Amino acid sequence: MSQGAIALENVTLTFGEGQNAVTALKSLSLTLRPGDFLSVLGPSGCGKSSLINTVAGFQKAQTGEVRVDGEPVSRPGPDRGVVFQQPTLFPWKLVRENVDFGLKFRNVPRPQRSQMIDDILQKVGLSEFGRHYPAQLSGGMQQRVGLARVLVNKPRVMLMDEPFSSLDAQTRLMMQELLLQVWTEYGMTVLFVTHDIDEAIFLGSRLAVLTRRPGRLKALFDITLPRPRTIDTLVSKDFVTLKRTCVDLLREEMVGIPASTDIRRRHPRGGHDQVLVESADLAAWETAHQPASAYEQNPR
Amino acid sequence: MYTPTLPIEDLASAEPSKCSVAANLDSVRRIGTRLVALAAFLGLWELASTNKIHFVVNFAHVPPPSVVAASAADFAQAPKSLRHIASSAQRVAIGFGLALLTAVPLGLLIGRSRLIEDMIMTPLEVLRPIPGVAWIPLAILMFPTAEQSMIFICFLGAIFPILLSTIHGVDSLDRRLIYAAQSLGAGTWPIFREVVLPGAMPSIVTGLTIGMGTCWFLVVTAEMISGQFGVGYFTWESYTMQKYPDIIVGMLVIGVLGMTSSALIRFLGKRLTPWQQNEER
Repeated sequence: MSQGAIALENVTLTFGEGQNAVTALKSLSLTLRPGDFLSVLGPSGCGKSSLINTVAGFQKAQTGEVRVDGEPVSRPGPDRGVVFQQPTLFPWKLVRENVDFGLKFRNVPRPQRSQMIDDILQKVGLSEFGRHYPAQLSGGMQQRVGLARVLVNKPRVMLMDEPFSSLDAQTRLMMQELLLQVWTEYGMTVLFVTHDIDEAIFLGSRLAVLTRRPGRLKALFDITLPRPRTIDTLVSKDFVTLKRTCVDLLREEMVGIPASTDIRRRHPRGGHDQVLVESADLAAWETAHQPASAYEQNPR
Repeated sequence: MYTPTLPIEDLASAEPSKCSVAANLDSVRRIGTRLVALAAFLGLWELASTNKIHFVVNFAHVPPPSVVAASAADFAQAPKSLRHIASSAQRVAIGFGLALLTAVPLGLLIGRSRLIEDMIMTPLEVLRPIPGVAWIPLAILMFPTAEQSMIFICFLGAIFPILLSTIHGVDSLDRRLIYAAQSLGAGTWPIFREVVLPGAMPSIVTGLTIGMGTCWFLVVTAEMISGQFGVGYFTWESYTMQKYPDIIVGMLVIGVLGMTSSALIRFLGKRLTPWQQNEER
């Protein structure tokens, strides 16, 4: 699968004008290779959703460019499937009609469409609910329909904006496993935004941490935890070490407290989870870790 | 699905039978209370009219319910009655229909396009606060026949509630639904047809209900001023001809027609928004 490369180059996104202007993303550069599963972590309000919206084409960046497989993104399109935080099913359409929505605009013949809907509903375990309205389903089931509605179009790229955050813990784990299963099967590129550290590590093949607003890239890891990932992954030593790193990075952004230990020292290069801060941000990252900070020199 | 197997279930299964008997008794009692209240109301009216009570309200010229009932029976048999009802209903139907066909597309456009909103909403905002009744003299001047002017008045009464609720429906549509549709490959027209219109539909139905009420209010008023047929005309004519019981018959007919048309709108509304059936009540 050689499709689904995403490249953000120097993207800056600002809302409003003058004094009320809020910069959501600042000079963000990020590259996703085809088939990557990139989890994006960041403090709340750091522009995580804006990142999704920009790649989806809902919002236009003031500067910089977003390209998918080399083509600049100018508007939303079915090559980039979006799963939102809240299920955004059409309440007036049956589950089947919701899933059919994208197929209809791709001129897929009707009998073939019907077969595709059957297949995908079975995959997400909702075969019996095709003739239900979304309001008749639970939140988890609605989100599964949302997933099916995107997957049925076999998008090269899937953009997911905290899609499981409103689900209970058990349903969430089930959805995460389902997502990994489909990702393994379809091999699409996934950009997955979340504020849940466990989720980010559990799912991703790479992990990006954003700074607080305006969002810039703070760190970029490879997550080489073995797959298939299971509940056991969540308690493995490597997982916990990674989690600790993320907690530190995020805490730094949330309250401005420097990380308690030098991350690079704990995770030397060449280790399973090397810190690959991109060169553009390396300087900023280094500055943040200057031992000049009185706090760091005299830790309690 | 996980169902708890706790002693709670025994309690739950024991309760309903007792509950439903109590509920049945309760509803029978309530119906009884309502019938008694209605009878008492009619009885008091009968007494007030036959004794020509004059205390603040003058009942001297108010016919008692027994007389009204007799007049109503006459009305039901008179050949002209149907003509009165049909005239009013036709005016409402045409005026309301035209308003519906104008207001919904216009409201959808205004809700989706800033340019159209700026072009159309300003003159409409000037006209909107003018009560429909105030239009009657101008309407008579503007149209060659009384029939057309009355239809126009009906149209005016219905168009604003429908238009405003359509705009409101489009405005309150979840923006993410449009995003979702776009990212699934839908173009402008399919989004209009399959997302914006059904999304605004519950609000449009509310506007239709209000518009229908205003329509009847205005047709009756207009008929009192001009025209030769219609329930409003019948009611006013009964006053000028001193056929007082017929005034009340006319009022009752207007009430029944209004109720019937709201029921029709409710039925239509349910058909237009089938996905809402489980959410309501």
